[in-house]
Amino acid sequence: MKRVPGGPGAIYAAPSLFWLSVFFLAPLAIIVAYSFLTPGARGGIEWTPTLDAYRAIANPTFLKVTFNTILVAIGATAVTMLIAIPCGYYMARSKNQTLLLMLVMIPFWTNFLIRIYAWIAILGNEGFLNDILLATGLVDESVRFLYNRGAVMLVLVYTYLPYAILPLYSTIDKFDFSLLEAARDLGASKLGAVMKVLMPNIKGGILTAFLFTFIPIFGAYAVPLLVGGTESYMLGNLIADELTKSRDWPLASAISLVITLVTTLGVLLLLRANGANVLGGSGKEEQVVPEPARPTSAFGAAR
Amino acid sequence: MKGSDVVIEHVRKSFGDFKALDDVSIGIRKGEFFSLLGPSGCGKTTLLRIIAGFESPESGAVLLDGRDVLPLPPDGRHVNTVFQNYALFPHLSVFENVAFSMRLKQASESAIKAKVDDYLNLVELQAHAHKKPSQLSGGQKQRVAIARALINDPSVLLLDEPLSALDAKLRQHMLIELDSIHDKIGITFIYVTHDQQEALSVSDRIAVMNEGKVLQIGTPQEIYEAPATDFVAKFIGETNLDEADVVSVDGQMVELNAEGLGIIKVTANDPPPVGSRVSWTIRPEKIRIAMEEPRSARNGINAVFGTVDEPIYSGFQSKFYVRTPSGKVLKVIKQHADWSDEGPEIAWKDSVWLSFSAEDAYLVEVKR
Repeated sequence: MKRVPGGPGAIYAAPSLFWLSVFFLAPLAIIVAYSFLTPGARGGIEWTPTLDAYRAIANPTFLKVTFNTILVAIGATAVTMLIAIPCGYYMARSKNQTLLLMLVMIPFWTNFLIRIYAWIAILGNEGFLNDILLATGLVDESVRFLYNRGAVMLVLVYTYLPYAILPLYSTIDKFDFSLLEAARDLGASKLGAVMKVLMPNIKGGILTAFLFTFIPIFGAYAVPLLVGGTESYMLGNLIADELTKSRDWPLASAISLVITLVTTLGVLLLLRANGANVLGGSGKEEQVVPEPARPTSAFGAAR
Repeated sequence: MKGSDVVIEHVRKSFGDFKALDDVSIGIRKGEFFSLLGPSGCGKTTLLRIIAGFESPESGAVLLDGRDVLPLPPDGRHVNTVFQNYALFPHLSVFENVAFSMRLKQASESAIKAKVDDYLNLVELQAHAHKKPSQLSGGQKQRVAIARALINDPSVLLLDEPLSALDAKLRQHMLIELDSIHDKIGITFIYVTHDQQEALSVSDRIAVMNEGKVLQIGTPQEIYEAPATDFVAKFIGETNLDEADVVSVDGQMVELNAEGLGIIKVTANDPPPVGSRVSWTIRPEKIRIAMEEPRSARNGINAVFGTVDEPIYSGFQSKFYVRTPSGKVLKVIKQHADWSDEGPEIAWKDSVWLSFSAEDAYLVEVKR
């Protein structure tokens, strides 16, 4: 069937088109515009076009923070995936799927900030972990767990793990495990079956999990602010500082655009490399079963 | 004959309290088309999975050409499986699915191409080599699964209800194709099915299983004509099965006093003593139905009088439920007459005579 331009499709799409343009495209346009303007004296902007914000980006501090952000994002995403894939696999094969699913969801019932503070309570100098270590005599004085890159990575992994586990679980759950037996039957080792049959078939889920963790971690703000130190400063913190402390809104906008561009570019490259349907889950193709050939009948004349 | 002989010795396997296999022993000959037949849950698939290496039994042995294969992993056995749902790799083309095991063995590209083409030819799928499994029909998927399993040159091919997902017509067609592939390749086929028609039509021999036990092993004829237990008699085809007392024994000919039918004669392979309570069976198509009383020209023809309770017409044949004066109901199947049959048509409420030979009626189980 041919699509009729201006057909009902356009009407169906109107609400979401409206939503996206008002709440997504318009703010993005404002950010783009701000990044080319002059900062106002007490925040805000003045309508004088300039490239100052982009010149400011090219300084070493910014590059250092960018580098750190990339490092933390890649590291934390990698660790998250390494934990999430076996977790998702185990959940998909478990008999207690509902219970395990609940356990993954439970953290969402508590506010994100409160959970970060819980980590501070655990990892702090007078925190739970140090209490145990001191009491058991494993250490003589408190260990400084907080305010470094390690703490940031730990809490980021903790925060985004469910976002990686859920798409992986749903993809692996749809995976037909008799395929692994078929691979073993045809001479593959256990590992060979996993690598040659399981992995290619859950590619979509891995990709989704990757995007769901990498993108928010790249723009992380609260976690590095609360459990990080100066050396674990990330781009999100830099933006907040420019907005609230230096009151340089154009610079904050320019940095935001850099994040948007880097993540968008990364996602596009990844999608192209995989040729996969990101949100489609299993990456399984549509079921196309050809009709069995039948003799042409007088009634079946071409329309 | 190519292929291996497979010997299953005293295999036991339970899942929790459920005894999936209870002391199962079967000997399968080289190159045989052997069926494991039984209702779902009878243990036939578990046995197949044990032979393939996906399950291990609690005790017993599985010997391929005399060698115990139980310690070997699935990839170490010279056995390949055609799975019930085909288990084709959805991310690979038909060609790559069939080439899977050769790639694992790191065969050369030209060797892979040649052999995969050979096997795709065998199953007549060469035109679909580039397609993904999701683009194939059920019958085509089935054939890919067969080619993929056979390309590994197994000495035994295990087939786990391979036709159950196909519609009835296609199933008949694939069954014939399977049989001809078996004739061409000549290796041992072990075929798991719950469909007695399938098993009867292609197997050299059949093992009928129920509740983890093997009830009877024999050729399709033996199993159909002379079932070893009541279960086998009822499970294979349609039958009349009833209990009776032994009145007299003359060689293999046994006289029974059957309630509602009077004294009838049946065949017994191993006649029990007079006075035993036994079950006996007669297939509905072995009973002759007529309006007039049969002239029993020879000894051993049983005659029973009754009225037609219900005639069921089904095109090529009719089935009649005939009630004897004392209320016993016998099923009778009559092939439809051609022009030479001048007998009157039998209808509802007609009085009829049933007759069957003692040679077609079998004593099944001795109850006590």
